[in-house]
Amino acid sequence: MAEELNLLKMSNQDIKEEFNITVYTENQIGLLNRIAIIFTRRKINFDSLNTSPSEVDRIHRFNIVITETEDVVRKLCRQIEKQVEVLKVYYHTNEDVIWQEMALYKVSTDVIAEKVSVERLLRENGARAVVIRKDYTVFETTGHREETDNLISILQPYGLIEFVRSARVAIIKDSEGFNAKLREFERLEPGEDVIENEFLNDGDKVFTM
Amino acid sequence: MEAVQETTSTKDIAEIAKEPVEAKELTGSEALLEALVIEGVDTIFGYPGGAIMPIYDALFDYGDKLNHILVRHEQGGIHAGQGYARTSGKVGVVFATSGPGATNLVTGLADAQIDSTPLVCITGQVFAHLLGTDAFQETDVINITTPVTKWNYQVTDANEIPEVIAKAFYIARSGRPGPVLVDITKNAQVQKFNYKGYTPCNHIRSYRPKPIVRAKYVQQAAELINQAKKPFVIWGQGVILGGAEQEFKTFIEKSGIPSAWTILGAGAIPTDHPLSVGMLGMHGNYGPNVLTNECDVLIAIGMRFDDRVTGRLDKYAKQAKVVHLDIDPAEIDKNVKTTVPVWGDCKETLPMLTELVEQKTHTEWLNKFHDYMQQEVDTVIHTELNPTTPELTMGEVIRELNELTHGDAVIVTDVGQHQMVACRYAQLNKTRSNITSGGLGTMGFALPAAIGAKFGAKDRDVIAIIGDGGFQMTLQELGTIMQTGIDVKIIILNNHFLGMVRQWQELFNRRRYSFVDIDSPDFVKLASAYGIPGKLIADRAELPAVLKEMMDTKGSFLLEVSVTKENNVFPMVPQGCSVAEIRLK
Ligand SMILES: Cc1ncc(C[n+]2csc(CCOP(=O)(O)OP(=O)(O)O)c2C)c(N)n1
Repeated sequence: MAEELNLLKMSNQDIKEEFNITVYTENQIGLLNRIAIIFTRRKINFDSLNTSPSEVDRIHRFNIVITETEDVVRKLCRQIEKQVEVLKVYYHTNEDVIWQEMALYKVSTDVIAEKVSVERLLRENGARAVVIRKDYTVFETTGHREETDNLISILQPYGLIEFVRSARVAIIKDSEGFNAKLREFERLEPGEDVIENEFLNDGDKVFTM
Repeated sequence: MEAVQETTSTKDIAEIAKEPVEAKELTGSEALLEALVIEGVDTIFGYPGGAIMPIYDALFDYGDKLNHILVRHEQGGIHAGQGYARTSGKVGVVFATSGPGATNLVTGLADAQIDSTPLVCITGQVFAHLLGTDAFQETDVINITTPVTKWNYQVTDANEIPEVIAKAFYIARSGRPGPVLVDITKNAQVQKFNYKGYTPCNHIRSYRPKPIVRAKYVQQAAELINQAKKPFVIWGQGVILGGAEQEFKTFIEKSGIPSAWTILGAGAIPTDHPLSVGMLGMHGNYGPNVLTNECDVLIAIGMRFDDRVTGRLDKYAKQAKVVHLDIDPAEIDKNVKTTVPVWGDCKETLPMLTELVEQKTHTEWLNKFHDYMQQEVDTVIHTELNPTTPELTMGEVIRELNELTHGDAVIVTDVGQHQMVACRYAQLNKTRSNITSGGLGTMGFALPAAIGAKFGAKDRDVIAIIGDGGFQMTLQELGTIMQTGIDVKIIILNNHFLGMVRQWQELFNRRRYSFVDIDSPDFVKLASAYGIPGKLIADRAELPAVLKEMMDTKGSFLLEVSVTKENNVFPMVPQGCSVAEIRLK
């Protein structure tokens, strides 16, 4: 009973969950390290880290996933935003983003040829073959963590030779993108500037595989 | 503007703008020095070596424009740069060579980073084609210094130099200031390029030095302050860094709010200002600590709620609504939850706030601070400043010194008991008078910082107050004093112990004095070896006259004062306790 009460009292602030941090930056050598040490200094591990170009020419985008409380995430974001070459940082829960991870699976071609069920399983799981050789076949699937994980356990009995999963990429549901923000950014203080994007909000299901 | 443009064709303007002011071939090294001259740099603290030799070669011809001070160790160089920056308000400039020269800067960078001191450090680096080959004196300076710099950059091509140096100065001094390091490979230093002039930087797209002030928050803050019965202002170095001393004074005088300083905020207003109620923190004054947990509105201005100030956070000012004025958005809510965040430069926000707050006096509330001060005087201060023991105390040295400086000197302190005593008791009438290593607590800071402080404020008296331990960490800088003839008064308060650690061992480790008993050389003889006059005293009767002799001496002077061995600094908020649990003994 007492424990329950305690749980009730625990606010969102105390609950750790997955957060997607999106960082818009200039492209400068060393910036990755500058951002990474903000986490490592506090002994926080990355669940996932991806760097890529963004929708704006010469502006880079980091997608970082960590499991932490919102309070910690907010503080981390402010520390990141403080870096000279960082333009803007957003953080979102998984509900607020559309995210994907890609995975590759290498399986013996003989096994697949022998067991038709494997191919069916793969198809059912949205995987497709990217390379088929005599000795092995490489499948690819894209989806949420559970989906790519699921396929591992499915393939394990058939002798999964190699597996790799990419970092997460995430698109913010209610973001207008950075092209418009850039102008606003140069003028205004961050914080009160998120504009609802109805299409993407409604498009939630469309984008889910 | 429009009319002007009409008389000249736009094409012409574009071409004129592109036209180099003075197109000429320069080496990277020369371009660097040109940049420093245009930035208004007058003093450089540095030490040469292989990888920075081309810059030093170019420097040979800049003697009339740039005064290079040869220090005795790069750590001394960077602390001098810090002292210079802290008294002058300008950017301190430091040169060091690659490898060991650069790594010797790290302590100073960390110190400057945590104390928000503007520095531009230039390090030489091996030729670009040797990077990553473990070349002679190659270290990965950029990665070593990343956590302790506001920004750093490696230049491998001379063409980048003007723009990078312009950025470096802009970043170092703007917003919340901090240290910047530019690592220049040797090939870039010797490379000739087409120098197109130097344009100081005032904008970087991705960098917002100051958050936009939101009037809404200023308004909310004013409302809270106007309703407060027991408002309490705590201020830090932000007031000094923002040059907002006058704005700050006007604000507290109109609102009538008792105000206490963090160690780095000391001197922003005179220590004897009627609304200045003392120092915060572990060895701060009694009233400000206790009453932090009694005020109803806590107004924090340009300070960052360091743990030495807050003590135990979950028992810190829980009853109060908190208004936090800070230029660095990352400081808001970092340690203490803010009720109203007033983002922005306090030079802008304070006048806005002053306009909205009601003219008031909080006599009864202010008297509470006075009552606590009286208790502190009775139990601690009186005996510290007017001891009857045969031995001298640190406090009485500071009291005597006040008589001579009248609060007009720059006081540079090292780290330990003497630092706390000096910061508690030194009279400071002017801003930029208290130079100390606050956030990092770097022993060895004071002597080199005092040298730099004097170069940054040549018309002021600079007095370094140092422990026997800390002095032995950077005493080689006596050589810099000797060679430059700079006038720095050095007071070593010798308690024959690493006093602050001994105090903790006495109070918390059952007097198990583990390696805190420290022997010293004959400091006066040592000074004399460097041609610096000095005296050792242990006798109270001699103190006033010897202090006067020191102050009257033209040039540097070293005064060693033998003080009580086992004195403790009180009051004290023991680590892990709330500020209200401050002990008077
Ligand atoms: C570089 C460095 N090493 C160690 C410490 C830990 N420390 C803090 S105060 C202190 C004692 C300082 O002794 P001393 O310089 O004699 O000054 P006192 O406390 O006696 O006034 C020590 C060792 C430090 N602050 N800095």
